[in-house]
Amino acid sequence: MLDQQRDYVLRTVEERGVRLVRLWFTDVLGNLKSFAISPAELENALGDGMTFDGSAIDGFSRVQEADVLAMPDANTFEVLPWGDSKAVEARVFCDIHNLDGTPFEGDPRQVLRRNLGAAREQGFTFYVAPDIEFFYFAPPEKGQAPVPLDEGGFFDLTTTDVAGTLRKETIRTLETMGIPVEYSFHEDAPSQHEIDLRHTDALTMADSVMTFRLVVKEVAAKQGVHATFMPKPLEGVQGSGMHMHFSLFKGDENAFYSDDDAYNLSPVAKQFMAGLLHHAAELTAITNQTVNSYKRLVPGFEAPVHISWARNNRSGLIRVPVAKRGNPSATRIEYRSPDPACNPYLAMSVILAAGLRGIAEGYELPTEADANLFEMDDASLTKLGIDTLPQSLSDSLKMMERSTLVQEALGEHIFEWFLRNKRSEWRAYKTHVSQFEFDRYLRTL
Amino acid sequence: MNELLAVYPDSPPVDLARTLDLAGYRWKSVSTATEALRHEPTSGWAGAVVACDVDAEAAWAFCSALRRRDNPVQPLMVLITGGQLADLELRHDLFDDFCITPCHPVEIETRLRHLFARGGGDVRPEVVQYSSLVLNLETYQATIAGTPLDLTYMEYELLKFLAQNPGKVFTRETLLSRVWGYEYYGGARTVDVHIRRLRAKLGEEHANFIETVRSVGYRFGQSRWSA
Repeated sequence: MLDQQRDYVLRTVEERGVRLVRLWFTDVLGNLKSFAISPAELENALGDGMTFDGSAIDGFSRVQEADVLAMPDANTFEVLPWGDSKAVEARVFCDIHNLDGTPFEGDPRQVLRRNLGAAREQGFTFYVAPDIEFFYFAPPEKGQAPVPLDEGGFFDLTTTDVAGTLRKETIRTLETMGIPVEYSFHEDAPSQHEIDLRHTDALTMADSVMTFRLVVKEVAAKQGVHATFMPKPLEGVQGSGMHMHFSLFKGDENAFYSDDDAYNLSPVAKQFMAGLLHHAAELTAITNQTVNSYKRLVPGFEAPVHISWARNNRSGLIRVPVAKRGNPSATRIEYRSPDPACNPYLAMSVILAAGLRGIAEGYELPTEADANLFEMDDASLTKLGIDTLPQSLSDSLKMMERSTLVQEALGEHIFEWFLRNKRSEWRAYKTHVSQFEFDRYLRTL
Repeated sequence: MNELLAVYPDSPPVDLARTLDLAGYRWKSVSTATEALRHEPTSGWAGAVVACDVDAEAAWAFCSALRRRDNPVQPLMVLITGGQLADLELRHDLFDDFCITPCHPVEIETRLRHLFARGGGDVRPEVVQYSSLVLNLETYQATIAGTPLDLTYMEYELLKFLAQNPGKVFTRETLLSRVWGYEYYGGARTVDVHIRRLRAKLGEEHANFIETVRSVGYRFGQSRWSA
């Protein structure tokens, strides 16, 4: 199988006249990294990997040795649908290894592989479908607030034309790259859009999210538009989330489904949810990793604030969507806090680990919170035992730091590096004096 | 002939061994594909004879391993029982000829001789065509209305299998075992995911080449012989 896959890739490179093969991988913060090799080097790379100096990559650097090995995953080889048709380029995702062949601890893709392996040992395959939101803006000017496209003036075309064309072109490109789209629509906020991807296994989906972010930005940039996955770019309107739908399959059976439950949720599903709720605060730093993320997680904008679940309550952290026609394989849960600026490999890793912990320990699912939690006062919430998600990056780092679950899921290397990096981000933010403070204090104090 | 034939399984039926010996073939029996690889002469196996009548599944897996590699072993002859005739369907790429056991030694010998006489004659690139879709099996390239389709390896294999069998309905399980192999872990859901991706790549206009047959599986296009 492996031989044939390699043969397939090499042959395709030859037949399609591929000039450059981009080796893709992801740094700890979820930025797509890449280096290019010539087709002549590809055969070698597929067999033995390509050595490169990882010291310049965030979270890759270690004191002793900086060299690591990128091993292309031949099954992810795709010709890129943009660029010069006379100088075709292709990409392939890589797993990063140490020079001795062991998985490199700083590679998020390897971290997800390891967590998926733990699920597989229990017979589970982890399926994920994200709903990704983002904004289109005029190209940003330094120090200026973003300008939404919908507010006109920027284009000759009517605004619906621009955004509509961009979205259509984005979807077409995604589909040619084997990323099927389920729905897409204009969101509530000006210039905000949502594209929902069809479920697939978690590793492929994490790769797809990386590709997705690039495709959205590339397609927009071609029209002189800036697409952003910043969680809360505009004050006073909805931010961008990346709700994720999850299910666990055992062979061909959806392990989340039961016909013996009012919501068709199996004990496995309930324990998974319980695990996720129990550990939600600890893993929020990973699913919401920027200072800005926490400006989205506030009441009034359809983003979750409270650690709760419900069948159909968009103020909750976990929602249980109604499966179409009671279809067992569509039974799933929706986790609503992640934002599209997260590292999808790490986010899926910690979420899966929390869910599996719930199953392993047989956690009890708290009662459903179907009231509008935003309208309840703290006392009533406390009475219901409903806690809130961390309110800032600093809070969530404190929760994460104490979490052995997150530490085990990420591995020591990434855990330590992430905390160090994000604490310094928080320190930089804390010392910043903002417009808010000038407006509020300068004259009165 | 001096070259070596691979024979499966390891202790082949006595009749078969005798027939090969009497016909003057040199042969070596092997019990697994890995063993076949280990004992392969440097010039490669001259061909293979596989008895499927004992453990059919293992035997087909063996054939598959010998055929799906850079230098597929051929000619490959399978021995089956009358009851296994249906197994031949969808496996045309795995063998060159077959005998129904029990059979006369002369039949085996004659068929083998014909296979060897024919061998090496045909070098045309194999092409699978359906409507505007063309798959060149030699170069692994797929085009639709002349435009290349960029497929991953598994997408290509799945499309190839479907396009080679237009009009037939396949269950997910069949597709999984025939395209991915028996040992694949992911379950039949993998098939759905890949079908959806193939449809996406075929584009709106051609997505309907692959039809979902409710509560059964998938069908590619129309049979050439259907009304």
